[in-house]
Parts: sequence; structure tokens; C-alpha cells
Amino acid sequence: MKITKKDVEYVAKLARLALTEEEKEKFCSQLNQILLYMEKLNELETKDVPPTSHVLALKNVWREDEVKPFTHTKEILKNAPEKEGNYFKVKKVIE
Amino acid sequence: MNYQPVIGLEVHCQLKTKSKLFCACSTEFGLPANSNICPVCTGQPGVLPVLNKKAVEYAIRTAIALNCKTAQQSIFARKNYFYPDLPKNYQISQYEMPLAEDGYLEILNAENAEISRIPRKKRIGIQRVHLEEDAGKLLHAVGSQELDYSLVDFNRTGIPLLEIVSAPEINSPEEAYFYLQTLKMNLQYLDVSDCDMEKGSLRCDGNVSVVAEPSNLELERKVAGSGKKLGVKTEIKNMNSFKALKEALSYEINRQIEVLESGGKIVQETRLWDADRGITQSMRSKEYAHDYRYFPEPDLVPLILSIDHDLREENFVAEIKKNLPELPAQRKERFIKEYQLSEYDAGVVTAEKKLADYYEDTVKKLQVTGFKLQIVAKTIANWITTELLGKLNAEKKAIIDSPIKPEDLAGLIKLIQEGTISGKIAKTVFEEMYNTGKKAEKIVQEKGLVQLTDEKEIAKIIEGVLRENETIVREYKAGKERALGALVGAVMKKTQGRANPQLVNKILEEKLRSC
Ligand SMILES: [Zn+2]
Repeated sequence: MKITKKDVEYVAKLARLALTEEEKEKFCSQLNQILLYMEKLNELETKDVPPTSHVLALKNVWREDEVKPFTHTKEILKNAPEKEGNYFKVKKVIE
Repeated sequence: MNYQPVIGLEVHCQLKTKSKLFCACSTEFGLPANSNICPVCTGQPGVLPVLNKKAVEYAIRTAIALNCKTAQQSIFARKNYFYPDLPKNYQISQYEMPLAEDGYLEILNAENAEISRIPRKKRIGIQRVHLEEDAGKLLHAVGSQELDYSLVDFNRTGIPLLEIVSAPEINSPEEAYFYLQTLKMNLQYLDVSDCDMEKGSLRCDGNVSVVAEPSNLELERKVAGSGKKLGVKTEIKNMNSFKALKEALSYEINRQIEVLESGGKIVQETRLWDADRGITQSMRSKEYAHDYRYFPEPDLVPLILSIDHDLREENFVAEIKKNLPELPAQRKERFIKEYQLSEYDAGVVTAEKKLADYYEDTVKKLQVTGFKLQIVAKTIANWITTELLGKLNAEKKAIIDSPIKPEDLAGLIKLIQEGTISGKIAKTVFEEMYNTGKKAEKIVQEKGLVQLTDEKEIAKIIEGVLRENETIVREYKAGKERALGALVGAVMKKTQGRANPQLVNKILEEKLRSC
């Protein structure tokens, strides 16, 4: 598999990134290098190795269902570029 | 040409945990905007989600009830997309290794199978059951005032949702309706969700396609020739009521048939149900959205739900299985056996968990007073299904809002069974109980409605009635049997319906024979 400029543009669009022509070229080659490295890893025999979903050997980390209200909600709202009352304000989105 | 609709439903139900799925924010409904938010659910840098154990418990409880196989290992995934209701730009969901897969739900059909044309029982496959977090709420208008921007409330962000995906085995809008009804009923019995479509705690999307009926040979040949012409599905969103579900699916099925009949092609797309206009419309903005680039959520470790050498975890699932509550189908069967209710009555009183509880409460209250189960069980069912539900439905009230509580209904039926009041008077008393919340005994005392069972007194009234209605008596004597009804009516009128009907009949016949 080889990453083309078209793939880079597609992924960039999904990630809402505006890339210059130079950047597209650069990422195209970088992504291809990553894939090459993956191909190298593919040389390993992994038939009997279960896929790793997490690097830590932990499981079932959970908490009891208890409410602990966060008291600084206004601080979060402060981060908003725009707000109205208690709401975050964004450009009109409607289906 | 005949087409068969093929429908798969994707149901999201909000689990009734107190706190959100990955943070300790409250899930309470209807609070001021952005008051139930924290750094975790608003996606601030450096925070870590921690899974709510109760949500997993509810999810597994549901999966077991839906006859699914729970996974030995389950993982969470990030579903990536940009939308202002999603502060992290990804939703924590499940993709590979969901909590449970491969189950089924048996749907019970309406009594009126003639209209629905559906077999009485049908198994609908459940493909998967998984956990995910809800997104925020967008506001596009304040009251009737349309805004030229949108407002975001993240209170709902991170509330646990259970996604239940059916196999494409539903073949009509009616069947889809029964599926959702039955699923809702089960979720309520399982006590995992309020399933309130108005509050958005139960949501449903559908995948719809149509295929030519296999019996239609001519069409089959046509399909074989034109390959992908049939069976392309569309996804329907925004069916936020049972009525909308039926209407949207019917509309979409007809739309697809029309497209095919006129030689067109179905485009695979997402369509939105517009309830006001009664149509589904293409959502062009979703064109890109289907590429979600799922990958395992690195902030959450795997769930190990059952492995042989780890008893603790196995206990978690085993414990849930052991404590599984009685499900609607089981309860219905039990009501038929234990209370000798008809299939119909048992179906009506078990259609809602709270209603079934109400019924059983009333039965128990009456049993305490020493009545035989078989005698009162059917009477109680009758009073609930006709009188009580009639009133409640007319006022769009739920059973828990009934002004007549189980002990009060038991009190009323006790008075009937003991012969204190007649069945006819009981209806008046019931009305009064419903309107005032007073107890039956009190109403009967206050209004002097106690049944007249004194034979001498009844005889005296009858004599008066016979004197006043000589013509009718003559008609009766001349062989007009129906005249008797008029005389009984006159007696009941004189006693305001209080006279014991059996006694009235008996004494009246005696008197007529001897006069
Ligand atoms: Zn939170």
C-alpha cells in the first residue's frame, strides 16, 4: 500500500486541516515511511500473539456510580471563544 | 410488482446511572445549561476517563436478557468526527469487541393479527450490544425565535448510552413498531433505562431497503440481470416517537419502491425524517461522516468479563445473570398460570412493568383480606383494563399517577365481593374515588350507597312499583317477557341502583306469579 497525495488531502479534510502543497508532499513521504516500518514489523511471526489493545497490563479499571459535581463549570465556559448566557456559542449548524 | 421491506433498527437507550459514563458528573435531566460538565466530559487536555461500573452492569444485564453472548474481552474505541456537540472531536464508543453479540428478541404481536398480517411470534436477531457516550445538545432557536448561530449545552455529553443493533430481519413498519415496543418493555423491566422518547432517553435509527418478493419470477430475472439494482439501503434518522418510526419507515419504503419502479437507483445515504412535512430528506452534510477512523481508545484499558482462571470477573457476569429480573414474557406466562388470566388480559396488564406491579399489589392486598385468588384475580384484571386504564389513557396519565392506589382498588373490589355494594353502584363509587381520591368505604358510607339486601324492604318497594305500572304488569302476564326488564329498571331507579339485583329478580318474579 502506498499513500498518495490524494490520501493526504482526504485525511486532512477529515481532520479539518488546511495543508500547503509543501506540507502535503512532506506528510505523504512521512506517512509512507511509517507504512514501510509497519511492513518491517510484519516480518515477525505473530500468529499466536493476541492483539494488544492497550500497552498497560491492566484490566477492568472502573469506578462506582457516584456523583461528584465539578464546581468550576464557569471556568470551562470561560474557555469558549464565544458564549451566550450559560451556552457555548458556535456558527450555525443545522440539518 | 411486490417488494419486501428489509429493516434493521439501531436503538440507543440512555442508561439510568446517576453519574456519566466516564466522569462523576450528574446525569440529571432538565438542569440549567452546562451545569453538569467537568474537564473530562468537555475534553480538556490531560484528563482521563474512568469507566462507570454500573453502566457496564446495566449493559450486560440487557445483553443477557436479549440472549446475547457476552464478550470475554471487550474494548472501547474512538469514533472520530467533527461536530460542535462533540467537544473531544471523538466519541468514546465500541467497534471491535463490543460487550455482547449475537442474540435475539422475541416480539409479541398485536391482538389484531388480521390487520398487521404478522405471525404471532417472531424472533428478531440482535447483532450487537455496546456502550458509548452521548453527545451534547444543540439549540438552533430560542422559543419560536430562530437564531442565526447555534448554542451548545454539554449536560448530556458523556451520559451512558446502550446501542442495540438488530439484524435486518424486520419486514414491515408495524413489525418495527412491535420490535421497539417489546424492546422498550424489556428495558423497563430490566430497570436499566426510563426509555422516555420525549426526553430522548430512547432513540431509534433505521436501515431500510426493499427487495423484490421472491415469488415474483419475472422480477427475479430482472434483478439478476441488473446486479445491484435492489437492496441498497438508506439510513433514516430522527424517528423520535413510535408514530414517527412507523410513518418514516412507510414513507421511505414507498419512496424506494417508486424510485425502483421508475427505473431509478437507490443511493446509499443518510436521510432525515421531517415529521412536519411527513417526508425523509437526504442529509448531504453526512457525506464524509461515514469515515469515522475508529481506533482503540488508548485512555481506557480492556474489560475482561469472563475468563476461566479469574473467578472475580466471572462472578461479575454470573452475579448479573443470577439477579436478572423477571422479564415481560415470563411475567405474562406466570400471570396466565398463577392468576388464570386470559392471554389477552395477561398481555395488557404486563405490557408495562409498573402496571403489572400495580396488578399484583392489588391481588396481594385482597388476598390479605381472605379472598380466594381465582375469584378476585380476574375481577381485578377487568377493573384495571377497562375502568382504570380507560380513565388514565383518556387523561394521558401513567399508572403511577393513578389517583386510585392498589389498596384502594382492593377496597372497592372487597365491597363488591362481600355484597355491600352492587356492581353498578361500584362504577359510581369508582368514578368518585378517581375524582376525589377518597376510599371506597368512605364514599359508600357518606352517600348511603350500601346495597339494599333486606328482602322485606325490597318487597315493599316492588309492591309499589307493581301498583304504579299496571299496564306493564298486564303486558308481562300476556306473555311479553321483556316487560320484566322495565319493572326491574323501575325498582332500581327507585332505590338509586342500591337494590341487590338478584333479590329484585327473585322477589319480582314471585310477586308477579302470585298477583
Ligand atoms: Zn463530566
